[in-house]
Amino acid sequence: MADKFSNIGGVGSKVNEQELTTLNLGPIHPATHGIFQNILKVNGETIIECEQTVGYIHRAFEKIAEHRPFYQVTPLTDRLNYCSSPINNIGWHLAVEKLIKADISKRIDYMRVIIMELARISDHLVCNSVIGVDMGALSGFTYVFQWREKIYDIYEEICGARLTTNIGRIGGFERDFNPAVHKKINEFLKEFPKTYKEFMSLLERNRIFMDRSIGVGGISAERALNYGFTGPNLRACGVDYDVRVFDPYCSYGDFDFVIPVGTGGDVYDRFMVRHQEIEESLKMIKQAHDNLPQGRHYADVPEFYLPPKEDVYTKMEALIWHFKIVMGESDVPVGELYQAVEGGNGELGFYLVSDGGRNAYRLHFRRPSFIYYQAYPEIVCGGMISDAVMTMSSMNVIAGELDA
Amino acid sequence: MALTSEIVLSKIKEFLGDDLFSSNESFGMLAVIVSSSRNYDLLEYLYKESSLEFTFLTDLTGAHYPDKKGSEFEVIYHLHSLVHNYRLRIKCGLPLENLDIRSMVALHSGANFMERETYDFYGIIFTGHPNLKRILNVDEMDYFPMRKEYPLEDQTRTDKEDKYFGR
Repeated sequence: MADKFSNIGGVGSKVNEQELTTLNLGPIHPATHGIFQNILKVNGETIIECEQTVGYIHRAFEKIAEHRPFYQVTPLTDRLNYCSSPINNIGWHLAVEKLIKADISKRIDYMRVIIMELARISDHLVCNSVIGVDMGALSGFTYVFQWREKIYDIYEEICGARLTTNIGRIGGFERDFNPAVHKKINEFLKEFPKTYKEFMSLLERNRIFMDRSIGVGGISAERALNYGFTGPNLRACGVDYDVRVFDPYCSYGDFDFVIPVGTGGDVYDRFMVRHQEIEESLKMIKQAHDNLPQGRHYADVPEFYLPPKEDVYTKMEALIWHFKIVMGESDVPVGELYQAVEGGNGELGFYLVSDGGRNAYRLHFRRPSFIYYQAYPEIVCGGMISDAVMTMSSMNVIAGELDA
Repeated sequence: MALTSEIVLSKIKEFLGDDLFSSNESFGMLAVIVSSSRNYDLLEYLYKESSLEFTFLTDLTGAHYPDKKGSEFEVIYHLHSLVHNYRLRIKCGLPLENLDIRSMVALHSGANFMERETYDFYGIIFTGHPNLKRILNVDEMDYFPMRKEYPLEDQTRTDKEDKYFGR
């Protein structure tokens, strides 16, 4: 059947005596969930060749970052992986704090862990529910998106923004968690698992879902490592690499959690790894929230952390600091460093070179999506178009992160 | 056995000899500056040497230092030995006149996009790369935008001069 209809719908090119159809999957296509293009050569519905085109939303963040004071780079990082902006923000803050050797208290670390794990949950929720959407199960998606909104409510209570959060400051947070934050976190911890269980019962042992996802879009651990996979996609192949454990930051060593791993690296494994990570994140939020240490919500770095506004109006020194920070005149040490955090998609790295000036001399983002998206042709070739769509959503390729 | 900077450095020194120019350790990461002609050899050695196993290429990028005569451009590799959980930075300087350096795609498939990105922004030519063309910028672009001489903003603007900001 496939051969009979193989040349319908496009101009074919003769390769190996076969008429192949060239199909553009993207850049504007409801199934790509973002702006990227895949030029597919298909024989019937089987993909023979695939080439990705990326860069449709390139915004030159690395160049802009070379011209902005450090604190103005945070809003740029929001727009990398916009499904989990707080992780990017905090990763950048950690990089700068490493450069200026700031002493960060446990309270700040725990607050950051709560926020980052909430962000991870919202990131994984989007990814996992969208896998369902791509095979026609829209209802699960609508269930969990309500909870993503509630996570955004928590962000809003902390920093005032929802999607592109610009959360926290270099050296801590602009304000402490208010009672509403604690209330909302408790509510989330109490109510979310119930809805989530419902969502998982829709998909986890669903015959259609399993048939569509098991053995589809798989990659071996060896190839995944060679391609530079990190995060849930690598763990789905059975490699237990997690930056939170290998290179602990923000006191992640204090928390009791496990790294879930899969075996085959296929769509179902990626789905299940993300599912387990949500459970682990919930555990971590609970631990951090229950044991939140007392103390201040900011570190003692007056060159970078804005003084309280009432002091700026009344105290000379505070006014000077305020002016220096806003104008980006704070002195920074010379040096180069690499700071990695476990983002929603994998190892999000910041390679920062400072020449002591008001802005970074060179800043490079190691964006996990950009690196593992390279493996896409290898994974989808030989499979069906419908599987390719699912593979893409299960890899959680985020256009903003891809193109920086 | 935990891998330490001394062991890694001595192994690299033994392998490269005079092609290891210098080394330093900043913020807990060892960085070695090596000859650009030996980049592939070194990464291959680090990959295959059983006591090191730097099998994971975390990051590959470039940088431009216009004031460093003779090595205006730099290619920076971040390697990770997952077995030993040890990170290493390797830097290769390139002169403006000759921006050729050997591609790592044969060793690390993940270098493909990262090398294209570095070419796209700095114009560094990775010889042996299977598909070295622009990746994030448009194909028609005739400059390399991350080079320092390329301005970020319209240079005819006068409202953003330093004097207005007390600098």
